[in-house]
Amino acid sequence: MLAALKRWALKKSPWVYHVNTGACNNCDIEILDCLTPRFDVERFGILLAPSPRHADVLLVTGGVTLQARGALQEVYRQTAKPCAMLCIGSCACSMCIFADGYHMAGPPDKVVREVDPDAFIAYVPGCPPKPEAIILGAVKALGAL
Amino acid sequence: MDLAWIVGVFVVAVLGTAVAGLVSKWIDRKVTARVQWRTGPPLLQPLYDILKLLGKETLVPRQARRAGFLLAPVIGFAAACVAAALLWAANIDPSRTLPGDLILVWYLLMVPSVALIIGGASSANPHAVIGASREMKLMLAYELPMLLAVLTSVVASGFTFNLGGLIQSAGAGVAGKITMAVGFIIGVLCTQAKLGLVPFDMAEAETEIQGGVYVEYSGPPLALWLLTRAMMFALMPIFLVTVFWGGFAGGAAGVATGALKYVLVVVLLVLIRNTNPRLRIDQAMRFFWYGLTPIAVVAVILAAAVF
Repeated sequence: MLAALKRWALKKSPWVYHVNTGACNNCDIEILDCLTPRFDVERFGILLAPSPRHADVLLVTGGVTLQARGALQEVYRQTAKPCAMLCIGSCACSMCIFADGYHMAGPPDKVVREVDPDAFIAYVPGCPPKPEAIILGAVKALGAL
Repeated sequence: MDLAWIVGVFVVAVLGTAVAGLVSKWIDRKVTARVQWRTGPPLLQPLYDILKLLGKETLVPRQARRAGFLLAPVIGFAAACVAAALLWAANIDPSRTLPGDLILVWYLLMVPSVALIIGGASSANPHAVIGASREMKLMLAYELPMLLAVLTSVVASGFTFNLGGLIQSAGAGVAGKITMAVGFIIGVLCTQAKLGLVPFDMAEAETEIQGGVYVEYSGPPLALWLLTRAMMFALMPIFLVTVFWGGFAGGAAGVATGALKYVLVVVLLVLIRNTNPRLRIDQAMRFFWYGLTPIAVVAVILAAAVF
């Protein structure tokens, strides 16, 4: 009962924190598009959190570079649980053309699973995904939570 | 002052203020959204936020002062509750208030800001420490003109230091004085700073110090901070309406006009918040000390000279 209430409240007000682990900035622009008046994600209670401590959903863009690996794991540890992670864009989902890059540590889901094997991770592919696709991905991820 | 009256007023005031605060927060977000040509969140959104945060994990940074960090939101919340009880008691029955409760409420309304400084400073985060230092400077800046503005009302109503007396004398024509209007406007501007709303939100400044004093808070302590802020967002307009504008007294009609005044003050605060950029801390201090304080001093003197 209490757990159901917790899950319900989490779906009603997911605060997001934006982590760029090596994206080309294209997906980041699309994420910012979601926050503009045209798409207005505050309708669903989605707010951009200033700190990972406040966040419920980490929006990760880009494949993880070797330099960003430790930072991503630290940010994931700093996020108050329960939390979810949304991999946005083709690079964050599958690394795409950076798969064999000498400077890459792997896709974000693999890097985060080193810290927490049970992490809840959803994927929004696209290069970049449209804001509509990101909102749909967020809604589906929250539905599956 | 029997026990039933005290406990009853306390419970009603705390619940009522929490509800009013959450609704005001929604008005804030909705009006902001409409100003930005958006739809905005549903009515219960502030409640969802608090319920969600209550269900989350509490993280305490390793180097933080644990007791201060976790006690600060409780102290702030407790002070807001007691201030709510005193303000509501004065409005429910103006003839039965404590002598000198204006001074008590004044100090209690200051406590959440002090608790915020304690919490921010003990969280071992450089952003939070910068935020705490700015909050402290901001307090020094706005408390002086705010005190003078309140003093205008006190002087205009013949040195009455209890809220009930202020409500009664405002009803007897004091609220129509020019000096009271000046005091009220200064009070609204200082309230803007006390609530940390946009031109004076340098203590949390999401875009530069990542939420400042709140940066390390998560889960239930953050929920308590949000609730305290929501309650202060209701209490400060109630305080202004009580001190300068006759409060809510006078039966059903009084409550209705009081509610109208309250909503007017809240929307005014929200519109100021939406049409101004954030100031630097030194600009804010200059504005309060050199801008508002002389006007407030003149208002007090004129209030003594019957204007």
